[in-house]
Amino acid sequence: MTTTIQRGLAPARTVLPNGTVVIAKHSPTTPAVTIHASVRAGGEFDPSDHVGLSHFVSKTIDRGTATRTAARIADELDDRGVSLSITVNRHAMWLVCTCLVEDLEAILGLLADVITHPVFPRDEVETKRGEIITLIRQDEDNPATMAAEGMLADLYGSSHPYGRRPRGSVESVETIDEGALRAFHGERFRPASLSLVLVGDTEAGRAIDAAARAFGEWAAAPPAASSLREVAAATARRARVIPMMTKSQADIAYGFTSLRRSDPQYYAYWLMNNILGQYAIGGRLGDRIRERDGMAYYALSALDANVIPGPLTIRAGVSPDNVDRAVAAIDEELQTFANDGPTEKELTESRQYLIGSMPRTLETNLGIANYLQTEEFFGLGLDYDLRVPDLLGAVNRDAVRAVAQRTLVPSRATLVVAGPYAGRLR
Amino acid sequence: MVHEDVLDNGLRVLIQEMHTAPLASVWCWYRVGSKDESTGQTGVSHWVEHMNFKGTTNIPRDRVKGIIEQFGGYWNGYTWIDQTTYTETATRDALDRMLFIEAERMTNCLYDPADCESERTVIISELQGGENDPDTLLDQELTATAFKAHPYRNPTIGWLSDLETMTRDDLYGYYRRHYVPNNATLVVVGDVDAREAMRRVTHHFGGVPAGDVTRRPHTREPEQLGERRVTVSRQGTTAYLKIGYHAPAAADDDFFPMVVLDAVLTGAKGLNLWSSFRTPPPQRSARLYRALVDTGLASSVSGGIVPTLDPFLYTVSLTATDGTPLDRLEEAALAEFDRVRTGDVTDAEVRRAARQLRARLVFENDCITNIAHQLGYFQTIGSWRTAETLRQRIEAVTLEQVVGAAAKRLAPVKRTIGRFEPVPAAE
Repeated sequence: MTTTIQRGLAPARTVLPNGTVVIAKHSPTTPAVTIHASVRAGGEFDPSDHVGLSHFVSKTIDRGTATRTAARIADELDDRGVSLSITVNRHAMWLVCTCLVEDLEAILGLLADVITHPVFPRDEVETKRGEIITLIRQDEDNPATMAAEGMLADLYGSSHPYGRRPRGSVESVETIDEGALRAFHGERFRPASLSLVLVGDTEAGRAIDAAARAFGEWAAAPPAASSLREVAAATARRARVIPMMTKSQADIAYGFTSLRRSDPQYYAYWLMNNILGQYAIGGRLGDRIRERDGMAYYALSALDANVIPGPLTIRAGVSPDNVDRAVAAIDEELQTFANDGPTEKELTESRQYLIGSMPRTLETNLGIANYLQTEEFFGLGLDYDLRVPDLLGAVNRDAVRAVAQRTLVPSRATLVVAGPYAGRLR
Repeated sequence: MVHEDVLDNGLRVLIQEMHTAPLASVWCWYRVGSKDESTGQTGVSHWVEHMNFKGTTNIPRDRVKGIIEQFGGYWNGYTWIDQTTYTETATRDALDRMLFIEAERMTNCLYDPADCESERTVIISELQGGENDPDTLLDQELTATAFKAHPYRNPTIGWLSDLETMTRDDLYGYYRRHYVPNNATLVVVGDVDAREAMRRVTHHFGGVPAGDVTRRPHTREPEQLGERRVTVSRQGTTAYLKIGYHAPAAADDDFFPMVVLDAVLTGAKGLNLWSSFRTPPPQRSARLYRALVDTGLASSVSGGIVPTLDPFLYTVSLTATDGTPLDRLEEAALAEFDRVRTGDVTDAEVRRAARQLRARLVFENDCITNIAHQLGYFQTIGSWRTAETLRQRIEAVTLEQVVGAAAKRLAPVKRTIGRFEPVPAAE
């Protein structure tokens, strides 16, 4: 195996002979290590008749292996104070935990067993099915979730991996059995789809050796490549209401498709989003909707530039009487931004913030691990943290204005309001 | 090492050098929270906290935005039952800016009448957003039922009618009464020189006059004589159950045994209100998880005991799995409480809980923001020195103490049971 060491954040990166990527960073702040395993086994790989399958796998993969019962896994984790968090997004499943340095080898061994040899016992699957159905029911009672999921379904189509409900529906979850879980694991969990990041109070070389011992023997062919399709940007405004009349507050989700993470215009887009709905308390949107108009506790935007153009989402929670005013305020702020672009002051301050906040982002083991995993997923390079200031520094007002003009077009927005709103949304 | 000093005006200053990252974290704490509010003014502490982000004499309203973000920093605040606090974490060269902001916040906030009105609707929106969540709603009802007299019964955000009627003068008067240096603790942790930092603290705060910190007498909660119940019936999809017991205050001998008992029942959380609840506890081998979640009766269980000045609540929250009757879940949960109350706790469980808590204390001290939080938090309810002895206090807990605390604190007559019973949507 070959190891590359860089300056800056300076992680060490190794590709094991079986294709698993291991990245390690020595960080001596506390006597602990964060282990962050990412497997390319996200919701995009759910079969259309088993939507929610990857989420179901995330809930059951640690419930028994060929040599460990669920109870034994629980004891091995809990005895060391370790909480294994397993989450799944559209592209990847993340298995993340922090352990004391003295427990690193034992926890890595346990994690390798969970990742490579889960058995999905029937009784555990049935228990987890009940939990998942309860989670889906809770989502259906949550206006913020309903608005966000509804907007994505309208933006991407309800059968597209970006538009589907991540947990599936009660009906789809009812049809998932142990066979489907094992098949998904067999197809997606391969050495070459795993990247493992270790950050903490252990030398990088020792961490990599430990990872190699835990995962080096795992052998299987690489998984099938992603075939995710891009969707065309909306050409007209779409608005929909999900009535939830006994709730107290209405939630607005308003969005567009954005761009790929690899698009050279990403940095202009990143700054645009920060100025529009992030900087300080929600950028321009927070200024207008919360600070000046007093309509909402939260108003913000979020950018998900991804392997395909992900959503740019604007969110606000408002009194039902203020839904129309809030939507009009969003329309107006977007139009103004698209027309005029940012001010020089806004651009400078947002750039300073995004660059200046990096030491804070990279202060904790988990923060570093998340950052390195993102670098790896998008192929940004081990020196990305060193290049970010120049990449943001190269963006000028015209560049931000150009992406704003292309994207922030209210007449092509997709919006969903969920809550006690009985008006005619437009 | 923590450097402690008290200025002539009574401001307590705690500074700890940590050179692990080029950052500094400042927290300014006030010993005022929702327990200090009068009838008709519930929510005033929290509303005042919001107003203290809206400009000062020397930080014009239009200069607030970005004042810390320019340094890559983050600032925030929170209000709870015993305290209100403000924090900034940014690059170390912003230390003077952070101290200036906190000194301004202590003395010169504007309370522009138009801003007060605008914030009224923001806070009502915050309250309504919370009401959208059945778990939040049930927690509020349970707390109000468990306390008859002590002001811990009121939600920190306040009751709606008070938020609708309080005036700008109510807010400003409250601010002036409580925001004085002799009611505050300033904490600085990070890549700073302690002596130079102290010099800058004195520069910014030394001239602030002390105030008359008149304490509103707190009612002691009368002993609960029988089980209490509250049921919330609202449209929804999911049933929730909460069981609350009166908990010991942080200074009570039973507090740390109860922390260990909670870890036995629901997994160890740690003791940092700012960070402990952001990551799930190790709980798969915990009593209530195995009895209620592994059996499919509940989809989640969580427990919470936090350090407070007066006795608050130890609450266990459960989400009923779709189709599980609440009665069945309640019966199973109470059976587990009865087991531990009658002495069915093992030494192995107590030792495991202590190991879990030790690890959590390490994990939650992974950044200067969290470390600074703990020093200030414990000072508002006692002494910052408690934060430095948490590990020893937990490791000193014995099986006998845990059994004793369970027997005394988990008596059925001292509990309050809250149920959220969902009403299906009308066809």
